Amino acid sequence: MGPSMDDNRPIFVQIAERIEDDIIEGTLLEEAQAPSTTHIAAFYRINPATAAKGVNLLVDEGILYKKRGIGMFVATGARQIAVNKRKEQFYEQYIITMIREAQRLGITTDQLKEMIQKGESN
Amino acid sequence: MTPIIEAKNLTKQYGDVVTVDRVNFKVEENKIYGLLGRNGAGKTTIMHMLTAQQFVSSGEIRVFGELPFENNNVLERICFIKESQKYPDNFTVRDVLDTAADVYRNWDRAYALSLVEKFELPLKRQVKKLSRGMLSAVGIIIGLASRAPLTIFDEPYLGLDAVARQMFYDSLLADYAEYPRTVLLSTHLIDEVSNLLEHVLLIDGGKLLIDEEAEALRGRVYTVSGPKAAVEVFASGRKVLDSQSLGGMIQMTIENGHSDELGQDEAEALGLSVTPVSLQQLCVSYMKRHTVSNKEGK
Repeated sequence: MGPSMDDNRPIFVQIAERIEDDIIEGTLLEEAQAPSTTHIAAFYRINPATAAKGVNLLVDEGILYKKRGIGMFVATGARQIAVNKRKEQFYEQYIITMIREAQRLGITTDQLKEMIQKGESN
Repeated sequence: MTPIIEAKNLTKQYGDVVTVDRVNFKVEENKIYGLLGRNGAGKTTIMHMLTAQQFVSSGEIRVFGELPFENNNVLERICFIKESQKYPDNFTVRDVLDTAADVYRNWDRAYALSLVEKFELPLKRQVKKLSRGMLSAVGIIIGLASRAPLTIFDEPYLGLDAVARQMFYDSLLADYAEYPRTVLLSTHLIDEVSNLLEHVLLIDGGKLLIDEEAEALRGRVYTVSGPKAAVEVFASGRKVLDSQSLGGMIQMTIENGHSDELGQDEAEALGLSVTPVSLQQLCVSYMKRHTVSNKEGK
């Protein structure tokens, strides 16, 4: 099938994330027109209703908005909303997981800080 | 709103053999449904009953709110593409398409011809001289270009290679997006179609095992593997669909309960390895479990 989707999570969530990625990376600018659900469905080879659900998720979050009869557009301030959302996820996905693994291996907080600094200088 | 299809205790019985056993489901308008299951599970029998090609033994099936038998009002709104559709011997591909144009009210001739080109079908060739894959392509073209309010594909791609099947899926999605209609797609190639489906119906041994939104099934089932004792602790009180062990290690296929959506996170926190399960694997686990419980019941 199309560009691969991960089996573990609903496709509409993954669609919303890919659009957010484009907004965060600047390939999709604020006030630019977002891809239509038909295009998304064809590109990712998914059901159009699923694509629409992903787009609507972003509308609910204020990232996209609808211009009647034209289509979906990226809202002003959308990038900041998406970045904030990702920062929260970053904390959950990486920081919490990292701390848990560090505790398992007996790495102290100071050692962890050192490792982060080492990683940054690389 | 009236469902497009509604089966109530739908049953088909030949003597003592029950091939469809008190099945209940509804098909809503303008969605793509997958009717999944093994060969002989009862899928084709259900499709035959809803298109009035077989009698219902007991229970009932309504299509567009009416009983389909000898009911033109229902039948003219259905396009049913079978695995081995027969055509008159002397018909050319063009004759078959011309006949379809007469039968189906929403027939789009230009679209049909564009598909003929896409699938590289010879219009002047007699149908009986077509390869198995080309014959399947004829069915697919009729199914798509008829734009029937209810379009049923029963394993429509015998002899079609992966490229042609992908063309079918892409054409179906594109045309469905433009002309929404209700589609019932029966197949055992579950992985290929899983992302196209909005709703899944899984039939096994004449029984309906799954009737659910495709998105709701994602992440519902996963495998957990690790040391036997730890996995067993995690699995206790959870629904185990399948389990396999190797030495001191064990792998269990687990279904998340509705109130237990964080099962995967909990397993990971316990240091167990968690792998998602595809729709195809999910269906296989359900069917394996169903077969086992049937045997135990006898």
